[in-house]
Formats: sequence, C-alpha cells, structure tokens
Amino acid sequence: MAGWLDGHLVGVVDGIAFGLLLFTIAVGLSLVFGMMDVLNLAHGTLYLAGAYTAYALSDGTLPGLLLALAAGALVGALGGAVLTLLTQPLARRGHLDQAVLTLGITFIVADLFAAAFGGEVLPTDPPTPLRGTVDLLGHTYPTYRLVFIAVAACLAVLVHLLFERSSLGALVRATVADRDMVRAQGVDIRKVLYGVFALGAALATVGGVLGAPILGPGPGVDESVLVLSLVVVVVGGLGSVRGALAGALLVGQVQTLGVALLPQYAPFLLFGTMLLVLVVRPHGLVPSAVRT
Amino acid sequence: MSTPGTPRVVGALVLLGLALAPFLLGSYAVATLSRILVFALLALSVNLLTGWTGLPTLGQSAYFGVGAYTAAIVAKNLTDVGPLQLLIAAAVSALVAVPTGWLAVRARGVVFLMLTLAIGEIVHSAAVNWKPVTGGTDGLSGIPPVVPLPGLPALELDGLVHFYVLAVFLLLLAAVTRLGATPFGLALRGIRDNEPRMKAIGHPTRRYALTVYCGAAALAGAAGSLWVSVQRFVSPGDAGFEIAALALLAVVIGGAGSIRGTCAAAALIWLTRDHLGNLEAVAGRGPLLLGLLFVVAVYTLPRGLAGIRLPRRPNRKRTA
Repeated sequence: MAGWLDGHLVGVVDGIAFGLLLFTIAVGLSLVFGMMDVLNLAHGTLYLAGAYTAYALSDGTLPGLLLALAAGALVGALGGAVLTLLTQPLARRGHLDQAVLTLGITFIVADLFAAAFGGEVLPTDPPTPLRGTVDLLGHTYPTYRLVFIAVAACLAVLVHLLFERSSLGALVRATVADRDMVRAQGVDIRKVLYGVFALGAALATVGGVLGAPILGPGPGVDESVLVLSLVVVVVGGLGSVRGALAGALLVGQVQTLGVALLPQYAPFLLFGTMLLVLVVRPHGLVPSAVRT
Repeated sequence: MSTPGTPRVVGALVLLGLALAPFLLGSYAVATLSRILVFALLALSVNLLTGWTGLPTLGQSAYFGVGAYTAAIVAKNLTDVGPLQLLIAAAVSALVAVPTGWLAVRARGVVFLMLTLAIGEIVHSAAVNWKPVTGGTDGLSGIPPVVPLPGLPALELDGLVHFYVLAVFLLLLAAVTRLGATPFGLALRGIRDNEPRMKAIGHPTRRYALTVYCGAAALAGAAGSLWVSVQRFVSPGDAGFEIAALALLAVVIGGAGSIRGTCAAAALIWLTRDHLGNLEAVAGRGPLLLGLLFVVAVYTLPRGLAGIRLPRRPNRKRTA
C-alpha cells in the first residue's frame, strides 16, 4: 500500500486539488437548490465567467490574481442576483421551467463568450511567484496546486462555519425549514434568497478564477463543469455542505486516479461510482439535515 | 376559434406538404425537413418520459447516439437495408437503457434530470474516447446510402431518403399515438400526476418507469438510425448535450405531453437553429437565438407547460 501510494502520490494529491475545486463550484449549486429550491443549470457558466475573468485580468503577478478574485466575486454576486431575479417569477411553476430558463441563459452566455474570446481553450498561467514546482516526498509538484489546495480548504471551512455554526447560517436554515415563521419574525425573506444565490454564484466564479490554471476557460467547459457539479451534488446529497465536500473529494479522486489507472474506462468509472453510491445511499453520502 | 375538424385539416395539409416537398424544394431544404422529422422522433421519445410520465430527461441524446453509431457500424459492416439497421439500433439502445434506466428510475424530479444528464455526458465522452469503434472526434463517415427494403435500389438522392424517413416517421408516430391510448399509456400519466396513489392501487410504478425508459430509448435509437440514413455520417456532437437540451425544450414548448405540440415545437427549434442562424445579420449566432427562444418561451408560454411540472420537491413523501 505504501509503495502504491508513493507511485500514485501525485495522482492522489491532484485528485484532492480537483476535488476541492469541484467543491468550491458545486457547493453553491447544492445550496441554491437545497435551500432555495432553484435548479440552476447555468452554474457551469458561472465557473466559465470566473475563468475568463482570470484570463482577462491575469498579468502574472499576485496583485493581478487578487484583482481577478475580487472582480470574479463581484461578477458572481451580480450573476447570482440576476439569476434570482429571473427565476423568482418561475418559482411556483416548478423545476422544469427553471431548467429551461437557465439552459437558455447558458446558451446565450456561451455564445457571447465565444464571440468575445474565440473558440479555443485559453491557457491561463498562475502568477509568477507560484509558477514553479516544489518537492513533495521525492516528487516534483506544481506549487500553484498546493497553494490552491490550501486556499480551497480554507474556503470549505469558512462555508461550513458560515452555514452550520453562525447565526446567519441558522437564519438561512430556518428560512428553508419554515419560511412563514421566519417572515413572521420580521425578516425580509427576499434578502436571504438573494444572499444565498449571490454567495453560491460567487463561490462558483471564485472557483473559476482560482481554477483557470487547472481547468482553463473555453467552449464546452461550462457544460463539463455543470455535469461534474451535478454528479457531486447527487453523490454528496442535495443541500448539504459536508455532502458537497464528500462528493467532490470522491469525484475528484475517481476522475484523476481513474484517468491515470484505467484511462479507457474513465467515463464509466464516474458513472459506476454514482451508481454504487446511489444504490447504497439513495439520498447521497451526507443528506441534508434540514430537508429529508 | 377552431372547430373540432381543424387539427385534422392542418395535419392533412402538413402531411401533404411533407410528401410533396421533394418535388417542390431544393435538396438542402428537403434534407432539413428530413432532419426535422428525425429530431421530432427524438423529441417524441423525450415526451414519453417527460410529457407523459413526468420524468424530466436531459440524457436522451445518449440513446440517440448509441442508435446512430450502431446503425453506422451495421451499415458499414453488415447490411445497407435501412429497416434492419433501424431494428438493430433500437434494440441496442433499449439494451443500453436497461442498466442506465435501472439507476435513473430510482430517482424522481431533479435528481432524475441530473442522472440522465450524467448518463448523456458519459455516452458522449465514450463516443469521443472509444476511437477504435466510434472513430473519436472524427466520427464515422463513408456510410453507404440506405436501401429501404431488400431488393430495392439504394437511395442516393436526398429526396428519396426523405420518403424513407417520412414513412418510418409516420409508422412510429402512429405507434406512439396508439400507445398513448392503451392502459399502459394512461398508467404513465397516472405516475406523472400522482405516483403514490398509483402505487397504492397496486401498480408497480418503478417497473412501469423502467419499461417506458427502455421504450423511449428504443425510439431514440430508431431516430439515431434515421439520422445516419440522412447524414451518412455520425460524430460525437450527435450524442451531445445540445441535442438532449433541444429535445427537452421541444417537449416543454410543445406543452402538456401533446404529440402534435411536440412535433411542432421540434420543427420550430430546428428551423431556429439551422435557418435563422444562417441569416446574414445573425450568421453563426444559432446558440444565441436558441437561448433567447428558451428564455422567451418559458416566460410567454406558461400554459403550454401545464401538466408537465416536476414535483415541487424531489423525493418528498406526499400525503395524497
């Protein structure tokens, strides 16, 4: 086992990095659906928006990255607010209408991006100070990915604390459980809805900014990110932060180790994992505590 | 406004137009009509699941793709007789649907949608990666022209292929229409409207769902086979997300599980994509127009959507 781990250490660490990237993206999808009951199939587009922001603003310096992060978060928060505005009239009409609306938005934005940035995948370099490699138990490993793991892990902890431990998180969960009761307490429900959607969307765009050197912007990336996020959410359990983390880490490992070990079966491994998890735990690894 | 006879008159006129098209229109326009018929069959397959049974699918392109690749391989290696290709393609698609459908019908609502989307994406990546069989991103070309029945000459011209496609389309349309009136077809609508009650009165609803899932896959596979007869080419794009999304949209715009509505919406969507997108002012902006069509349709056609809502919350136990 130790020898095997040594041989695949880089793959495992890559899997963690990819898993944490998926978590940063998918947790917003999970929360927005689990808490606000809005199905957002434009979620991959938010990642793409973040990745293009990184491409447009990255000048190879750390301040450039920070600027891109701030701009990406702003783009995401605005995108989330617009999506709330657009989906609210459809709230009573069900998920299929939300699916059609958000798919339409996906098509429109993808076309605009293609017109602005062309049809190629744009390679995005990490800032110069993070461009090298470090020694990882005898293996060389890209510095940026290690830094990414650290940053994304912090984000995961923050999101967890915000939703599970803070009074703000309690307010959001209460809104999910009993909207009328929260309204009776004098809280403006709409603010909670806008806030959750803006935060979830901003996490996806921040994921795009940070993830651009790992999964660069280009046509079709929105779609593959959406599919991976949906798999993460289904495997992890809808509307649960810890579920999204568990699902993302699992899918990350399957994707990277699967490609390394069994390249010809990689797509089927993802499906097989999903099959296995859903047969054993039909509601996902960590079902939401609020909604069962 | 309309008398009960009106739809029948409109239907007869549409049919007449479709039958006469090869004598009146150019080759490209006729091929477009054939593609619309194929796409309408795919949309009807989505209608079986989404419109009738209330299972929203974004993965029907998977079975369309499996059928298309199967037909292409059969055409190149086994036989150029179209109905044989079609039967084998439908059978293989239905077979692939057994394990994937078994997983998918465990879920309802949005989780079903997510599972089918993932299934579609996996078949798409298999089409890209399984190069020895699918030819990778290059796809499969050099497919011989289709022979409509053993002994007849191969159909080289788009107009003749159109008659073959139209004949198969009408057969399958009749079969789907007939199915809608059977007890099974009514049971599917029962699942859509109130599954717990259907279960309570003794219907094995999950088995029904799996049956219709496999049937819909066979129909999508048959459409895939026709696609190959029209295009004489198949590539991973034909098994892609866009096709699946468009087919779902056709059902949503069509409204309330209506067969006629689905076919009309399929034509509207295909024309938007291929023809409006080719107009000079908006050349190459097909996706933009389609997206706008999605958005406008969802706000302006709420009544077209009646009856095919998802349950408000998936997996919630309803007290019926």
